Amino acid sequence: MGLNRKDLLGIKDLSVGEIQLILETAEPMKDIIRRQIKKVPTLRGKAVINLFYEPSTRTRTSFELAGKYMSADTINISTSASSVVKGETLRDTGKTLEVMGADVVIIRHSASGAPHILAKHLSASVINAGDGFHEHPTQALLDMFTIREKKGRLEGLKVAIVGDIMFSRVARSNIWGLTKMGAEVRVIAPATLLPPDIEKLGVKAYTSIEEGLCDVDVVMVLRMQLERQQKGLFPTIREYSRLYGVTAERVRLARPDALVMHPGPMNRGIEIAPDVADGVQAVINEQVTNGVAVRMALLYLLTGGGNPHEAVN
Amino acid sequence: MKLLIKGGRVVDPVNGISRAADVLVAEGKISAVDKNIAADGAEVIEAAGRLVVPGFIDMHVHLREPGFEAKETIATGTRAAARGGFSGVACMPNTNPVIDNHALVEFIKSRAAAEGAVNVFPIGAITKGSKGEELAEIGDMKLAGAVAISDDGRPLMNAQVMRLAMEYARMFGLPVISHCEDLNLVADGVMHEGYYSTVYGLKGITRLAEEAMAARDIMLAELTGAWLHVAHISTAGSVELVRMAKKKGIRVTAEATPHHFSLTEEVVGSYDTATKVNPPLRSADDVRAVKEGLRDGTIDVIATDHAPHTVEEKDVEYNYAPFGIVGLETAVGLAFGELVRPGLLSPEELVMKMSVNPARILGLEGKGHLGVGADADITVIDPELKEIVDVNRFASRAKNSPFNGWELTGLPVVTIVGGQIVMQNRQIVV
Repeated sequence: MGLNRKDLLGIKDLSVGEIQLILETAEPMKDIIRRQIKKVPTLRGKAVINLFYEPSTRTRTSFELAGKYMSADTINISTSASSVVKGETLRDTGKTLEVMGADVVIIRHSASGAPHILAKHLSASVINAGDGFHEHPTQALLDMFTIREKKGRLEGLKVAIVGDIMFSRVARSNIWGLTKMGAEVRVIAPATLLPPDIEKLGVKAYTSIEEGLCDVDVVMVLRMQLERQQKGLFPTIREYSRLYGVTAERVRLARPDALVMHPGPMNRGIEIAPDVADGVQAVINEQVTNGVAVRMALLYLLTGGGNPHEAVN
Repeated sequence: MKLLIKGGRVVDPVNGISRAADVLVAEGKISAVDKNIAADGAEVIEAAGRLVVPGFIDMHVHLREPGFEAKETIATGTRAAARGGFSGVACMPNTNPVIDNHALVEFIKSRAAAEGAVNVFPIGAITKGSKGEELAEIGDMKLAGAVAISDDGRPLMNAQVMRLAMEYARMFGLPVISHCEDLNLVADGVMHEGYYSTVYGLKGITRLAEEAMAARDIMLAELTGAWLHVAHISTAGSVELVRMAKKKGIRVTAEATPHHFSLTEEVVGSYDTATKVNPPLRSADDVRAVKEGLRDGTIDVIATDHAPHTVEEKDVEYNYAPFGIVGLETAVGLAFGELVRPGLLSPEELVMKMSVNPARILGLEGKGHLGVGADADITVIDPELKEIVDVNRFASRAKNSPFNGWELTGLPVVTIVGGQIVMQNRQIVV
């Protein structure tokens, strides 16, 4: 059984079964990455296009390699300009790619909802690679994959997400995914970076990092966008780091076997202390590897694939 | 040229009439309202089973001319009005150039006389260029025919300028229409702030952006004795502020739009930019409060804030689209569906809010009632007529309606302006 959907726009719309299917399919995909010759013919003849309206190295490369390892033809289109500046609408750009034969369009965009506009107008599959501060579903899937791999489960775990919750698509997608999978999610941020009614999403909000980290199984650190300070949402980077930086001392408040995660790119010394980022509890590099596996699984499932063992053999 | 509207139920609250009667129109005026008037050569409009009411007046419309004719013109906007059952519209001055002097008010009037399908009542700017700095020539605009003043869409952040405007406008008996919005609190928001803005990942606009400004302007109205009209009221808090102000005897009136009593913020999740409007679609609690405000009389007027934009402007990512949705051609159906049929408003009360009160607030002589000698501005409504909204059939140049595909029941079937039929059987006939 494949995924019975054209697009992946957000975790909010996924069922528990669909999340499980993606995570399970990613396991054999990870084996491919470990092989000497990292190539299977599964997506031969499929065109996968990365349409990135925002700068990204990690996610774009991850999708590109995921496609290439499965023999898809992958193309990257990077544009810093929005459709408005560029003078071509998103719909027209998408349609152009589709008539060239795109099977999957992967879009990253600074405006929330941009992937939805594209999905509405294209018959090709659309994967959301991050839209505004709405969702970043593949990041949440790779995070869940990583936690499950290390902890053997998601259900019953306590996960704390620390940082700029207000403007974080990573936080939102993880909140939807982790709560669906039965984890207990906490968010930790200064009051000015906690979104309105965040607790209605089924999480507990903390403004004290010490309280929030107490006894958690996973510490998920978010990147602090430096422009937030310029908008007056907190006084200085220095004060943010002092009050909310994830230091070794604070990690000790969590369970001794707690994982430390970061979606990257990190501001070392601001939201995460260098010794924590490089410490034994950090799984930040595994997250990156797993990102490729999860994206392979998704490309496979969205293009009609079902049995993961077919894909790897 | 005579017209006889036969057999309808005449609803004319000003003259205390709500019964079956014929209406005879001669030379652009109402010449008789009575039982069984003989046709005697008059053109007869059969109105059995229909409501015959004083022509509806939408006191909050953007006709976009001059300057933004790709969005709408006086010709197309007034045809949209006619199709929507409005015999008159008051147009906002945020055109290019901004309507801020005598000559420009005259320009609107002459264009409307030449091309308009319905009456057009110009609203002048409060400040020169609506920049919020210096008062416009309000007295001279009044002489040219301006019916109110407003810097709609460009809220006056400087309270002292607003105070001076109110003191000054009071001399001329002009209402000051306030688009209540504290721009600092808006902080680049694009939808209502709350659970859904968090879920959709869009920047929120707190209710307080409206309420703080409404509170300020109500206090300024109390201080100056001016007539404050609160435009497109959208939150429970602002409704309560107006309710309290009226209890205190402050001269304040308020309007609500059909979209603010018909839709909640939840629909923004489609990222359809036809749901992007300012003030934003609010929560279910706010919608209930707006309806209650309409029911208990706190809100005096239903006005559409008809805000046309081109397809190209709206066919973009949510953050980049301009605010505004068109409303003229769906207002009556929505008012029937959301307010009249559920029993919140009687037909009489609906006529108060869509004709009598706008005419009173704007000081329109001979409008808002069907007494003998009044202007023959008449709307005939079929309360049972159903239609599926199709933006491609709009008379408006713009298509940015969130109600496309909705089935509406209760629609205008005839619009008469100065004794001339301008819309009949849902078709424009001018």
